[in-house]
Amino acid sequence: MLCTDIRKESMVNIIKTPSRFKNRIGKFAVHRSERCTSCGKCVTVCPYSVFVKAGDKMLRPKSYLCSGLKCAESEKGCVKNCPAGALSVAVNPNYKVLGDYRWTPDLIVSTWYQAETGELPYMEIESDSGNSGGGLDRIRIKARPKESIDPKKVDMRINLNKRNDGRPSLIIDMPIYGGGMSFGSISESTMIGRAKNAAAWNTLTCTGEGGYPEALHPYDNHVITQVATGLFGVREETIQRVRMVEFKYAQGAKPGLGGHLLGDKVTEAVARMRESVKGNPLFSPFPFHSVYSIEDHKKHVDWIKHINPKTLVSTKVSTPTDVEMVAVGSYYAGAHVIHIDGSYGGTGAAPEIAKKNIAMPIDYAINKTHRFLTQEGIRDKITLIASGGLRTAHDIFKAIALGADGVVIGTSEMVALECLRCKNCESGRGCARGIATTDPLLGVMFSVDWAFQRMYNLYASFDKQLRKLVAAAGCSSVTEVVGRTELLLHLDYENNENKDKDG
Amino acid sequence: MPEKYHIHAEPAEPRYQPVFKLSSTERDQCLGCNDCAKRNCIYDVYKKREFLSSELVDSSGSFCKSCMRCVQECKNNILSKLLNPEYTQIGNSYWTPAILTSLWQQAHAGKIPVSGAGYDGPFSGTGFDDMWTDMSEIVRPTRDGIHGREYISTSIDIGTKLDRLHFNGQELADDLPPMFSLPLPIIFDVPRQAGTWRGVKQAVQQAARKLQTLAFCDDRESTGSHIIPRYSINEKIEPDNSSKMIEIFLESCEGQLIDKAEKLAGEISKSKPGLVICIGLPISKNTAQTVVKLAKNKIGTFHLYANHSGRGTGSDSDYFIKEIVRETHRGLLAESIRDCVTILAGGGIAMAEHVAKLIACGADGVVVDNALLVALECRMCLECLEEEPCHVHIDAIDPQWGTKRIVNLLASWHSQLIEVMGAMGLREVRRLRGETGRVMFFRDLEEECYAPIFGKRVW
Repeated sequence: MLCTDIRKESMVNIIKTPSRFKNRIGKFAVHRSERCTSCGKCVTVCPYSVFVKAGDKMLRPKSYLCSGLKCAESEKGCVKNCPAGALSVAVNPNYKVLGDYRWTPDLIVSTWYQAETGELPYMEIESDSGNSGGGLDRIRIKARPKESIDPKKVDMRINLNKRNDGRPSLIIDMPIYGGGMSFGSISESTMIGRAKNAAAWNTLTCTGEGGYPEALHPYDNHVITQVATGLFGVREETIQRVRMVEFKYAQGAKPGLGGHLLGDKVTEAVARMRESVKGNPLFSPFPFHSVYSIEDHKKHVDWIKHINPKTLVSTKVSTPTDVEMVAVGSYYAGAHVIHIDGSYGGTGAAPEIAKKNIAMPIDYAINKTHRFLTQEGIRDKITLIASGGLRTAHDIFKAIALGADGVVIGTSEMVALECLRCKNCESGRGCARGIATTDPLLGVMFSVDWAFQRMYNLYASFDKQLRKLVAAAGCSSVTEVVGRTELLLHLDYENNENKDKDG
Repeated sequence: MPEKYHIHAEPAEPRYQPVFKLSSTERDQCLGCNDCAKRNCIYDVYKKREFLSSELVDSSGSFCKSCMRCVQECKNNILSKLLNPEYTQIGNSYWTPAILTSLWQQAHAGKIPVSGAGYDGPFSGTGFDDMWTDMSEIVRPTRDGIHGREYISTSIDIGTKLDRLHFNGQELADDLPPMFSLPLPIIFDVPRQAGTWRGVKQAVQQAARKLQTLAFCDDRESTGSHIIPRYSINEKIEPDNSSKMIEIFLESCEGQLIDKAEKLAGEISKSKPGLVICIGLPISKNTAQTVVKLAKNKIGTFHLYANHSGRGTGSDSDYFIKEIVRETHRGLLAESIRDCVTILAGGGIAMAEHVAKLIACGADGVVVDNALLVALECRMCLECLEEEPCHVHIDAIDPQWGTKRIVNLLASWHSQLIEVMGAMGLREVRRLRGETGRVMFFRDLEEECYAPIFGKRVW
């Protein structure tokens, strides 16, 4: 049975899903001074409906719709055309305090916009790369002569089972699936919204290490059960439910350290699911105490395969210098998917020293692993999945061109739900914005449907952009892009003929 | 089994409102509605805030966690958050505002900084930022020390060590050179200007004693086994019997000075055979070869000095401490005498990760200086170097309070060092020394991973 048959909610469409908040934060702030005579000229000038006249009064400008300074200050723009000289446009001061080097304010606002509309923003916003100054942020996709491939016809499916081992194939409709976020770290609306989105796109999402709540049961075909070192909520039944089981050996943001759920977040429900005590912090140790070698790892894989004869096995590891050896070992242990999680990945809580310093950025690890698997002659027998700080469709394309079959995203989904990376998910009642929290009041700030539709829209935007990029590369299928590093250039390297065009 | 080394932290409140990142502004158009966004703040910022008349600041900035909910929920959109201009002005490009505020927090609570979401900084950088530490993966045996099941030792040995023992029949042929152990690979120093401030001096020395480590000291009033008296080469050197170690500091690696120091060290060790003699050298082009030369002549302990940004002074400002330590470590390895020698190095150690990284590059122990002042709320304006008065009156602190703050900082750093070593699968810090197999350098990774794809990098 081809898995596309299972696609449940194929009738879903992009539906405009605005912010939950009354005041939206956009990149630009339009200011109307007291000189305004409410003549209404700006309403006719602005193509983006920033200005609204109600009766004879002007409403407060909808700054978040403003496309930017170029438009506003042009001959045709609102600033020059205001007869009273009452309008001015500047970068919004609130916008300046958002984000950071990796998730720039531009990327945050752009992701919000995509989650609202399913489209890239029309504003003067850099939506493709961050500003970290290295890795993917300095890699560009080469401009190429126009190809005649129709982006809509590009085959985006990837098969997660390349082993030919008699287990079912697992084909997902896009080269993207959702990373592990546990029940306990995120709210139920977030969790179920993610699962619903995975089902709508016929891809997968992952339970993380917090058990398998009943509300996920309708989405069994699109859920990965994670088995991590704490074995929280892992039961034979949860392994038998799913088409793929993931061993989490390490997480990119805190490799070698294990997990830590602070006591405040262990509510009654979380404690029940994890078979622990309310209010007590929970540690997942590092490493698996039963695994000190590839042979031990094989035992693990065999165990899962025995319990569920139809499931695939994914091994999630982080990126030490010898990540490629780990990948090979994992292949020989019988894994179908090797999922490498780079050092700049997301987390609900991690020591800052770990996030910054331990392990290799995914930007390096992908091609290193891809090349080694190729040399070993097993590249076409295992699926290589990359994650750890991939934010945009461009990042995803770059990761695939560097050698990954597909990617896992996490933070982007959270930003779609209006996360702004204030980094307080780890303490107290958790996320003030209701995303990564189990607090009974905060956890109900939005509905499953709202969360689902925002993520659906973001995926739609990713899908559309990726299709265009794949078609522009002259490929009719995303699998043809894998390892095609000649499609990329790095701004800090010589022989970089397209530098001026793309830089 | 020997007692576990543990640093007990105890909260020590700041004297001043720490400089915070975001400040709030509010337009004067409050509707007075019943559903006020301020009341809904989950951190109770607006409930807890007060006006601190002594500093003329509103304390709300220190409770605010930048979730922006009030900004986005206010019915009349009158609230905004702005980057606090004072925040952008503290410190400098090396001691960034983020480093300073994090150190203050650590000195306050003694806890490891933990946060949610992924890393938010630049991809890589200069100095200590062009390297990553590595972790063991499933194929290597490793351990889970950070959760307390297995003990990770942070002890180091200081002094000269013999490469092997020689025997005369049943008798040891060599005298064993002096050596002692510290439970922490960190020794204290304070910049000269602050060393004369009584409260600071006492705080640093008391903290050193409490943590069972040592502190360098320039005056001759302070004595005790936790003090390392530092002498300049032209001074009369008369160590009292309480010190385990003294230092002879040289202004440069110039040949005559080196010869003189070597001679001096020889004389002192004859008269005080139990005393470890350390030679202090600034980092420069010649540091590594000087250390190797002296080490071949049986000098066993060195202290390499960098400035507050980890660099050499004057014309040596191109040299960064980690590079010089690596070069020194390799030079000693090439002569097969690395294990006979102790290398201490300091200057520019601003974060716990710098300790781990400098040791991985080849230092046995790390000397921490300005960070101790930051624990006492220093803002690294460096105006004290020009003999300007201290803006936050560090010269007038209560030594008891200062001791607590320094102990807290070290409690946090010690835990972070253990976190990093736990991830590497190392059970003792002695094994981390020079273990570049457990680190990755930016240049090497570019060469290994990107050069085959993109060709030659323009540096």
